[in-house]
Formats: sequence, C-alpha cells, structure tokens
Amino acid sequence: MISARLYILQRATALIMAPLVIGHIAVMIYAVQNGLSAAEILGRTQGSFFWLAFYGLFAVSVAIHAAIGLRAILHEWAGLKGAVLTAICWAIAVGLGGLGLQAVYSVTG
Amino acid sequence: MPDSLPAKEQLLDVHIWRGSGEKGHYQTFQVPMQESQTILDVVSYIQQYIDPGLTYRFACRVGMCGSCAMMVNGVPRWTCRTHVKKITDRMNPGDGLTISPLRNLPVIKDLVVDMDLFFDKWVRAEAAHHPTRTAADAIQPVDEQTAERQAANAAIECINCAVCYAACDVVASNPDYLGPAALNRAWSLVNDVRDGGREAILEAVSGTGGCHNCHSQQSCQKYCPNELNPTASIAGLKRESAKYAMRSLLSLAGSGKKGEKA
Repeated sequence: MISARLYILQRATALIMAPLVIGHIAVMIYAVQNGLSAAEILGRTQGSFFWLAFYGLFAVSVAIHAAIGLRAILHEWAGLKGAVLTAICWAIAVGLGGLGLQAVYSVTG
Repeated sequence: MPDSLPAKEQLLDVHIWRGSGEKGHYQTFQVPMQESQTILDVVSYIQQYIDPGLTYRFACRVGMCGSCAMMVNGVPRWTCRTHVKKITDRMNPGDGLTISPLRNLPVIKDLVVDMDLFFDKWVRAEAAHHPTRTAADAIQPVDEQTAERQAANAAIECINCAVCYAACDVVASNPDYLGPAALNRAWSLVNDVRDGGREAILEAVSGTGGCHNCHSQQSCQKYCPNELNPTASIAGLKRESAKYAMRSLLSLAGSGKKGEKA
C-alpha cells in the first residue's frame, strides 16, 4: 500500500515537522511564561509572513504525513483498497490541510 | 518400586489441525513421550502408528531443507529442530501441544500449505539472480572484504522455509506485501557484485506491496531459525530504493529542464 514515493513523502514531511514542533513548543512556553494575553499573541502573529509560513508549512506537512499513515492503517485494519482507499486518504489530506490552513489564516491573516 | 520395572509410559496430548482450505478442526492424539523427541517425530509417529491419512511435509530432518515448518503452539518453527521438551517445559501441566499449518499461506491439507504464493513473491521482488556473464566468461572475482559483500553474506543463508513469512503481521494484514523472505533475498542480490539486476530489484521492491510497507516489528528476525535479520535487510532496501527513487526524480527534473532549454 505504501510505495517508495509515499514513503519518501512521509519521511520528508516528518523531517519538516520535527523542528517546527520544537519551535511551536518553545513559543508556547515563552508565551505562557511571559503571561502574554491572546490579544498580545495575535498582535505578534497577525500580518506576519514568518508565522504564516511557519504554521502554514506545518499544516500542509501534517495533512500529507497523516493521510499516508492512515492509508496504511485503513488498508491493514479495515481492508480498504483501490480507488476507495485513495479517495478517502485524499479527503483526509484535504480536510486536515483545509482545517489547518484556516486556523493559520485566522491567527496570521 | 524396583528399578527393574519399566517406567510408566508418559503420554502427550497433541492437537493437530485437520482439514483442507479454510475448513478444518483440531483432532487430538496421544503420543508416547520419548527422550530427545522432536515435533517432527511426534507428527511422524501419528502418521505411522495412528492415522496414515495425516498429511505433512518434510525432507531432510536436520534443518537443511526448510520443508517441515509448522506452527507449534502458535509459533512458526522448523519441526525437525524443535525438541518437544523445549516446548512442554514452557507449558502449563496438562496442556497439550498444538500443531497447525504455517500462518499466512493457504492450506492444501492438514499441515501442508501451498508455497506457490510465497515463491511467486520472490519472482515479483526480482529476487532471482540476474547473470552478468556467460559460462564462456572468466569467473567474476568477489572481494569478501567489501561492505556490500558482507551485507550479502549476512542475508544469504536463507533456506526458504517461510517461518519469517508466517511470523509477519504485515503479511497477515496486507496480503500484497512481498514479505521478509523475498525482500531479504532481494537485498542479498542488490549487494552481490555478480548480479546485474540492481535497478530492476529496486524498482520491484518500491511498488505498493514493496519493502516500504514493513513496520519493523521484527517478528521475522525473532523467529528465523537461521538467526538471519530480514528486518535489517528490508531497512537496507528502504534506504537504497529511496535513494534510487530520489535520483530518478532528480534526473527526470534535469531532463525536463534540458528539454525546456532546447
């Protein structure tokens, strides 16, 4: 179910997510430790291309990574295959990506 | 009790799978326990003295041919090299031995499985030698010291018994998966200087049933009677096939750019 192309894509997105997760946790700790309010946080993120790129890249990577992982699980545990499996995995990727990017737009737009 | 009287014969309950295809049931036999008795001895005793219709497969009896693998108390084993005592020592008193056909393969009858699917996957994985020379050419020198040769040697002692295939949970849930034995053989050929099919092998193991489906659960290396490590071979194939796929992508992109310039 997982070809070399999907394998590479899943590993590459993991490689992208690892430093972004560390960065996200560091930012959360910084924000909490310094007692930043929601308004103060939004003041820093809104209109920022950096935070748009940071979380936008993360949302897209999550969508790709999770859809490929779920593809293997859906095949092995639920017996799905062929066009049905591919369609469901695309729906998961588009759904996760859409929700993630909407959230990113909400805090950076 | 005087020493001269014979010891009371100890009987072992043995539950054996009987049936064809997916239909069947366990039948219980009582077999006298003996010193240094193997699981294959138990099956042979039943066939020779109790039920001549019991069907099973064996050849060499010494762990060379890979014919007699079966599930023993749920674990895939060479029955000729598994002592009954080794198994009964781990059982609760009164429990019987359970012997069934290898997992993950269709049953022909009783303890005999159809190995066609197993060997078809070797062919699908291009795990057959791709000659680079003819009988008229000089013999290809092999440098035993290279890392590639040592990787090939580490994987080469497989005797096709299908124990790893029966142990693999990925095969159980993904029937298209090529399985540890075929991929282990493919890895030994990728590293063999005498084999000319490197690219064909890497392409064959990169498809939807290929090496990238392995979850590295390592049941193959845990149960391999020859103490091989197919998981390591598959990890090697993942690395090499990923590099090969990346190179193919880059060369495609490169040729596309050249085409644009032209």
